[in-house]
Amino acid sequence: MINKGQLTLYIFLAPVLLWLLLLIVIPHIDLFIISLQIEDDMGDMVWSLDNYRAFFDEQIYWLTFVRTAIYAILTTILTFLITFPVAFYITKVMSFKYSGFFTILLLVPFWVSEMVRIYGWMILLRESGVFNHFLLQIGLIEVPIEMLYNDISMVMGLVYTSMLFMVVPLMSSLEGLDDSLIEAAYDLGASKLVIFSKIVIPYILPGITSGAIVVFMLTLGNYLTPNLMGGKNSLWFTEQIYNQFIASFNWNQGAAFGFLLLVLSTLIIWLGLKLTRQNLSKALA
Amino acid sequence: MSFDLEVDNLVRDFASFRAVDDVSFQVEKGSFFSILGPSGCGKTTLLRMIAGFLEPDDGDIRIRGESVLGVPPNLRPVNLIFQHLSLFPMMDVNENIAFGLKRRKLQSAQIKHKVASILERVGLPEYGEKKISQLSGGQKQRVAIARALVLEPSILLLDEPLGALDLKLREQMKIELKKLQQDVGTTFVYITHDQSEALVMSDQVAVMNRGAFEQVDTPKGLYAHPKSGFVADFIGENNAYAARVESADPFRVRFDQELVFEGRAMHDLTVGDQCQLFIRPESVVINPAPDEQLNRFQVQVKNVLFDGANTKLLATIADTGLEIMTALPQDKRFDHVSAGDKLEVGVFQDSCICFR
Repeated sequence: MINKGQLTLYIFLAPVLLWLLLLIVIPHIDLFIISLQIEDDMGDMVWSLDNYRAFFDEQIYWLTFVRTAIYAILTTILTFLITFPVAFYITKVMSFKYSGFFTILLLVPFWVSEMVRIYGWMILLRESGVFNHFLLQIGLIEVPIEMLYNDISMVMGLVYTSMLFMVVPLMSSLEGLDDSLIEAAYDLGASKLVIFSKIVIPYILPGITSGAIVVFMLTLGNYLTPNLMGGKNSLWFTEQIYNQFIASFNWNQGAAFGFLLLVLSTLIIWLGLKLTRQNLSKALA
Repeated sequence: MSFDLEVDNLVRDFASFRAVDDVSFQVEKGSFFSILGPSGCGKTTLLRMIAGFLEPDDGDIRIRGESVLGVPPNLRPVNLIFQHLSLFPMMDVNENIAFGLKRRKLQSAQIKHKVASILERVGLPEYGEKKISQLSGGQKQRVAIARALVLEPSILLLDEPLGALDLKLREQMKIELKKLQQDVGTTFVYITHDQSEALVMSDQVAVMNRGAFEQVDTPKGLYAHPKSGFVADFIGENNAYAARVESADPFRVRFDQELVFEGRAMHDLTVGDQCQLFIRPESVVINPAPDEQLNRFQVQVKNVLFDGANTKLLATIADTGLEIMTALPQDKRFDHVSAGDKLEVGVFQDSCICFR
């Protein structure tokens, strides 16, 4: 017999479990099966590992992946470097009166969809855009410069779209850091640099980890920003997957790439956690 | 006489509010000095100025004869025990204590030796490897003190460190802290709102009110010879009444129309002046001998407030609405006293003290 408490639990859990099962587990199982099949000469589906082999055989595929992973790591690091001072200033330096207002200011841009935000950047950066117009007007340049469609503009766009996901966990960890810990370290003879490296950073490490994981995963799986701001030379691994599914209509190959992305990104995160001697449950607690 | 800490005419304002108002005092080398006051009296501000977290608007602070104005906290020869101790949760006990020593670039063998010997001294020799979260309240207390004392500061500042402990542990830590201070001989400056902490541990106590010192004295002196109504009221328990001076010699005051007591004027008071009359609960004698010279009056018992050796009697003074609290000695003589009884009581003239 199921008692009343358990029944309530199951009722509340049901939507979550259904969601996981129907939208995550079943499609993934299906994708996994597809990824292990290829079409033979007769047009029949047969089991094979060729889809996975293609990833390692064709340089372009795995080089794209390596490129994507390196840029995702770079984006994560840059996002941390940019958002940490902001989070620290809002939570620790600014008076309590204004910190709420500034937190909202940070959130406001994210009420607009990513697409609109990226187009915003394009309006600013393109050849006939605001920056070029301004630079031409003041006579600093004579012909407009193309600022879009390169790796720098792409990373900038990725950092911009990721900032919120880093700043929120950083701020919540920093809020948990009692000011008197900083004062105690100062009182015991620590310089400002030592306070940051020995007290603040170790204390908020779980926040950094969870922010970094989210930013890394979102960046790795981002399609829009690399596509719009990166241009033709900035291949992103998600574009490879998209190409297989939509352009080549090779679902089997696309599914294999999707699985490889999942496995390899999980591997990178596991490696990152090992290197910083963190564990996942602590970071997400 | 040499002083570890000298404070001259210290002033600190927060916007239009004067938190510390012209405070001067000296602390003798090796003594236990307490600053006692209600919350919001400016004692924390004063302490933070000594530690270096706040700069005074006026006045001077000298530690062992040298002015420390403008010296940041990490370079001052003082250490502070924070109210909530502020041990670093991501480090173990050893690392916490070694933190300050490492900042001084000591050799690791030396650090190890010093940490071990200070842990021994505070009675936690086996605790070096423990995490902070594994310690009890009293152990955290001792680690916090060890972390500061290992740096051999000229002065150790303590900001109500016992406030978070439960009563039993607090009583125990009071005695331990006093012993430790005598043992190491470091000058302690202790701030608290708990008078019993200040009275039990200190050599000298400064009573602070509204940013200024009311009186600096030994604990006994504060209790026996308060110099202001605030001190009389704040230190120990006291019955306080509004009164008017009836005659100057002998000094008599009248209160609640009917009652005239002979007493002691602590301020300049002339006939007709308003004043405050204080009577300590333990100075009230129940059923006094008939030939003794004292202010006698009748009371009706309202309640016996039993608290072991601290048992009190709450009574109303006959024919008035005034309440008086008296001590009720637990020596069997007054076991029969209960609510509703009428008693004759008396107070010695010397124990009736009056302030403006």
